[in-house]
Amino acid sequence: MRELADLFLVFCRIGGFTFGGGYAMLPMIQREVVEQKKWATEDEVMDYFAIGQCTPGVIAVNTATFIGYKRKGIIGSIVATAGVVFPSLVIVIIIAAFLNNFSQLPVVQHAFGAIRAVVGVLICNAVIRMWKKTVLDKIGAVLAIGAFLVSVAFDVSPIVIVVAGGGLGILLPVLKGVKKP
Amino acid sequence: MTEMVILFLEFFKTGLFAIGGGLATLPFLYDMADKYDWFTRDMIADMIAVSESTPGPMGINMATYTGFQNMGVLGSIIATVGLVTPSIIIIILVSKFLEKFRDSKYVERTFSTLRPTVTGLIGAAGFSVLAEALFHTEALKKGNMDWADFFQPKECILFVVFFILMNKFDKHPIFYIVLGAVIGIVFRF
Repeated sequence: MRELADLFLVFCRIGGFTFGGGYAMLPMIQREVVEQKKWATEDEVMDYFAIGQCTPGVIAVNTATFIGYKRKGIIGSIVATAGVVFPSLVIVIIIAAFLNNFSQLPVVQHAFGAIRAVVGVLICNAVIRMWKKTVLDKIGAVLAIGAFLVSVAFDVSPIVIVVAGGGLGILLPVLKGVKKP
Repeated sequence: MTEMVILFLEFFKTGLFAIGGGLATLPFLYDMADKYDWFTRDMIADMIAVSESTPGPMGINMATYTGFQNMGVLGSIIATVGLVTPSIIIIILVSKFLEKFRDSKYVERTFSTLRPTVTGLIGAAGFSVLAEALFHTEALKKGNMDWADFFQPKECILFVVFFILMNKFDKHPIFYIVLGAVIGIVFRF
C-alpha cells in the first residue's frame, strides 16, 4: 500500500513539473525513479523510453505503466499512470474553464490570434526535427511525403495511413524477395 | 450517455494509433473536428498552445482540454481514460515479452516505415494549423476570394520572425507562446 501511494506521488511530481512531455520528462524520471527510489536501472529506463516511443500512446504514460507494472503488477501500472495524468487533468481543466469564460474578450482573442501563428512555428520546427530523425532513405521520404499529401488532399482516417505505413515495412522485404528469384 | 461512449471510443482509437508522442494525436483531433461538433479546427491551435504551456504529457493535456470543451469535467476524465487505456494494455503485454519485442525483426521493420509515415501525418496537421493561422481559409472555401484578402499579413510576418528567432535562440516554447500573446495584445491581432 505504501509503495502504491509512493508510485502515485512520484509520478504525480513527474507529471506536474515537466513541460512538453516526451523527452522533457527523461531527466526527471532519471532523478526520481532511478537515483532516489531505485525502482529501475538507468538502462531499463532507456529501454522503456525507446519502447514507449514506438508503441502507441503517450510516451510518459507508457513509461509510467512500465515502471508501475514492474513494481506492483497491473494495479501498480494503473496507479503510476493515474499519478502522471493527475496534474494535467487539474491544471488543464482550470485553464479550459477560464478560457471558456473569457474567450469572448478582445484581449484574449488578440492574444490567441498571435499564439496560433506561434504554434504554427512550433509544429514546423517539430516536423523538421522529426524529418531529420525519421526520414533516413528514399523510401522514408516517399512515405512521409505520401502520408502528408494523402492526409491533406483526401478525407482519409489517420488510422488507415498509420496501418498502411507500418504494414509496408513488413511487406517491402517480402516484395523485394519476390522480384529477385 | 451515448455521446460519452463515443468520446471514450474516439480517444481510445487515438491512444491506440497515435504513435510517437503528443503531436501524433493531432491528425486524430482534426479528424474529430471534422466528424463531430465538439470543437472547431481553430480551437485545436489554442489547445496546442495550452498543452505546450502547461506541465504534463501533451497528449493528456489535449485529451483533457478536448473532453472538457465537450462535456465538462466528466468529459475530460472520460477522454483521458480513453487515451491511456490502450497504452496500459499494450505496455503490460510488452512487459511480459520485453526481450522478444525489442529484438523482433517484424517490430523493427514495421517501425522503419511507420516513423516517416507519422512524420508526414504530423506535417499535414501542422499544415492545417498554419493554414488556419496565416490565411483566410473560409474565404477560399466560399469561392468569393480576393487574393489580397487571402493572407493575414500580421500573422505571416509574426510567423517568419518567430521561425528565425526560434532557430537562433534555444528558449522554451512557453517563452515564445507568452511573447506571442503579448505581441498579439499590443498589435491587436
